[in-house]
Amino acid sequence: MPKDGIGASTKRREDIRFLTGNGHYTDDINLRGQTYAVFVRSQVAHGKLNKVDTSTAAGMPGVLRVFTGEDFAAVGGVPCGWQVTDKHGKVMLEPKHPVLAQGKVRYVGDAIAVVVAETEAQARDAAEAVVVDIDELPAVIDMKAAVAGGPLVHDEIGSNLCYDWGFVEENKAATDAAFETAAHVTTLELVNNRLVPNAMEPRVAVGDYERSTGQHTLYTTSQNPHVIRLLMGAFVLGIPEQKLRVVAPDVGGGFGSKIFHYVEEAFVTFAAKVVNRPVKWTAQRSESFITDAHGRDHVTKIQLAMDKDGHFLALRTDTYANMGAYLSTFAPSVPTWLHGTLMAGNYKTPLIYVNVKAVFTNTVPVDAYRGAGRPEATYQLERVIDKAARELGIDPIELRRRNFVQPNEFPYQTPVAVVYDTGNYQATMDKLIEIADLAGFDKRRAESAKHGKLRGLGVNCYIEACGIAPSHLVGQLGARAGLYESATVRVNATGGIVVMTGSHSHGQGHETAFPQVIADMIGIPADSVEIVHGDTANTPMGMGTYGSRSLAVGGSAMVKATNKIIAKAKKIAAHLLEASDADIELKDGKFSVAGTDKSVDWGSVCLAAYVPHNYPLESLEPGLEETAFYDPSNFTYPAGAYACEVEVDPDTGKVKICSFAAADDFGNIVNPMIVDGQVHGGIGQGIGQALLESAVYDENGQLLSGSYMDYAMPRADDVPFYTVDHSCQTPCTHNPLGVKGCGEAGAIGSPPAVVNAVVDALQRAGHTSVTHIDMPLSPSRVWAAMQA
Amino acid sequence: MPKVTMRVNGRQVSGEVEGRTLLVQFLREGLEMTGTHVGCDTSQCGACVVHVNGAAMKSCTTFALDLEGAEVKTIEGMAAADGSLGVIQQAFQDHHGLQCGFCTPGMVMSAAALLAENPKPTEAEVRHYLEGNICRCTGYHNIVKAVMAASGQDVSAIAAE
Repeated sequence: MPKDGIGASTKRREDIRFLTGNGHYTDDINLRGQTYAVFVRSQVAHGKLNKVDTSTAAGMPGVLRVFTGEDFAAVGGVPCGWQVTDKHGKVMLEPKHPVLAQGKVRYVGDAIAVVVAETEAQARDAAEAVVVDIDELPAVIDMKAAVAGGPLVHDEIGSNLCYDWGFVEENKAATDAAFETAAHVTTLELVNNRLVPNAMEPRVAVGDYERSTGQHTLYTTSQNPHVIRLLMGAFVLGIPEQKLRVVAPDVGGGFGSKIFHYVEEAFVTFAAKVVNRPVKWTAQRSESFITDAHGRDHVTKIQLAMDKDGHFLALRTDTYANMGAYLSTFAPSVPTWLHGTLMAGNYKTPLIYVNVKAVFTNTVPVDAYRGAGRPEATYQLERVIDKAARELGIDPIELRRRNFVQPNEFPYQTPVAVVYDTGNYQATMDKLIEIADLAGFDKRRAESAKHGKLRGLGVNCYIEACGIAPSHLVGQLGARAGLYESATVRVNATGGIVVMTGSHSHGQGHETAFPQVIADMIGIPADSVEIVHGDTANTPMGMGTYGSRSLAVGGSAMVKATNKIIAKAKKIAAHLLEASDADIELKDGKFSVAGTDKSVDWGSVCLAAYVPHNYPLESLEPGLEETAFYDPSNFTYPAGAYACEVEVDPDTGKVKICSFAAADDFGNIVNPMIVDGQVHGGIGQGIGQALLESAVYDENGQLLSGSYMDYAMPRADDVPFYTVDHSCQTPCTHNPLGVKGCGEAGAIGSPPAVVNAVVDALQRAGHTSVTHIDMPLSPSRVWAAMQA
Repeated sequence: MPKVTMRVNGRQVSGEVEGRTLLVQFLREGLEMTGTHVGCDTSQCGACVVHVNGAAMKSCTTFALDLEGAEVKTIEGMAAADGSLGVIQQAFQDHHGLQCGFCTPGMVMSAAALLAENPKPTEAEVRHYLEGNICRCTGYHNIVKAVMAASGQDVSAIAAE
């Protein structure tokens, strides 16, 4: 086996360019003759758009053209990729999302007009001169007010209730009945705070058009260029795919926010043809805050029914989920199929009923953000279990263990549709207790007390569904796309390999990890394999990277294509060795005839494929290149147990994270170093949600936390070193690598650990009335809780 | 338009700039050195940090015209002439101190400034110094570890890679 195969912490090859200033991000692209677009955006959350006067702006220096909604009257709206059917069998309300506002503005940041000019400064100056006449209307920000007769965000659909989803509707009566007779019911109302994803690279889009060929090119900061090509080409601008190339080069973080098709992408593509020059748009950070799809924003009531020994009998939830002003690409799927299906968690709860009301408000659209629905499920479940443990006087770890799906019970059919293929929740809990040194907590707590600090311990579990997704299943659930992944493996004549993948790397390290898999399969050095991604012109149709799917789905496609390569190469080798291909074995980059000393090396077989002088041409095509599409048969189910220790300052309410430990089961691991890094990053974001971050709107729909001056991003001194472990491994049973996905685990598992820890600290200090504090646990909120 | 002349990574450069042209614009657009990034518009994120006359500075809030005759160093000047990584850059690769790479140039330049003034910083000192550099990918674990390793400290006791 090569030293840099599966299981090696190979250093990342992409780091060299990033560390030397040679990364190639979208904003680094400057095309000959390029012009610059600056958007005029609504400064009010809701209003009737009377007139957009562009006459002054159009005459200003350098201005080529000013676009308004009228220019886009004939093109389609930005489409939604998922149609949810509600509990009455009615499809969701789906208002049009125009590229530029038509008749109305619906959130602060809504695009009204765009100036295209010779320089960015000229465009910005002219944008200031566009006069917008708006009759401001009352805005609706609060979700419950929105569905209780608040102002209509979209008059034409007649309601702010996008859908009223019940899951599993057939279980509702039985679930309610179980609550009637249960020995104990724990109830918790909570908010999953609205977040701004804040990838460090702001979004950028560059449109280009070649008049002589009719070819469009869009360079964009995307996690899935093929998806953008499909959505924009087919639904917005009517450009056939063969005339539209979408390129997503190095992308500076995504976290979900760069999955979606945004109006700016459609604008620059459209405008480049009109002005017959390349058009570039680069978001300023303040623009990102009011245009990138936000995340979370759920208000939930959860109830857990138990018998007298704490066995879970039934669970029911009522959730309001904010959609914002328009349906972003995958928004409807997040509070439904990515949330309700995870409500069983790691536990055997026989009856579950989830109700979700998705609501339009005059705010930025809300969509998937790292974890997408699964953090919301995990947070409410793990918080209500913690509260239940306290009410029943059962140790919270013991209560969880008592209800775990046991290792011998897999595959496990949950009452919320999904089937967990494998797992071992007792093992990850045991590992957590060890790595977090929970035995030493009392001693550490006493030490904190000596310094006047209140120490608390929070423990929780999580499960997620990754490797999205079986196309036939998601099709039934309303997805308007297949969710397979693709790979073309091209072997060169001299034995090197290029893999063209539909997955996209924006920090995950595919360029390093994917070659490790091929190195392992063939027995050649990983550095003889290159990964190409991010360009629809030279990668097969693929669905991109999100939902921790790249290795589980994209990696599986690559394995499938490589197996085709190996099968063909064995036939070539058999011919060269004058043997039957059934007798050919591949090991360490060499093909041998079983039981003999006859062999031919990898490079000779590759050369024969392209210089087929001695080759079975009558039965085998020359060349060595194969494509595979992989459509998973199930989701994967990473799971784990997390622990957080905090110190609360009783005088100020400030929370310090003292330690954080994560024991994860990701199945098999290709590159442990990269996996650790993914978990670290997720935990950092989860701590950010729990303690610091919140997108706050005032009642008029102004985003109060709209810059890094106001929106508290986690900084290096807000977090500790983390202790992470992934030695508990129950390999996925249905993909060829046995991998599950690790990208979102940290962000899913960490917020309840932090909140559980703070509540624990306060409870232990005698604040027994404090059973919950809503995130973010700012000093003022914690201090106020202690005064109650 | 007025002209400005400065030394960037040891090379004398000059160009015409507007009064409002920022150093980062001069670097990225004027000199086509795109290693220095812009991640915000409030001087908070630190993706744009370069060295001006030896001190770390946010190039998104520095006018190019103010730097007549200055000595500027950017991420492009941190590797050796033969392309091999400098000590801090190498530590970032060795300890997986970067993922998407967007904040990385600013992180490396800030780390270099820290180690120049404090050759053996403690964990707390590293975290405090990097307060003006935001990373969304790494949770900072491996960045702090890399900076401490670059200072010659043994980081093997710090959990995981």
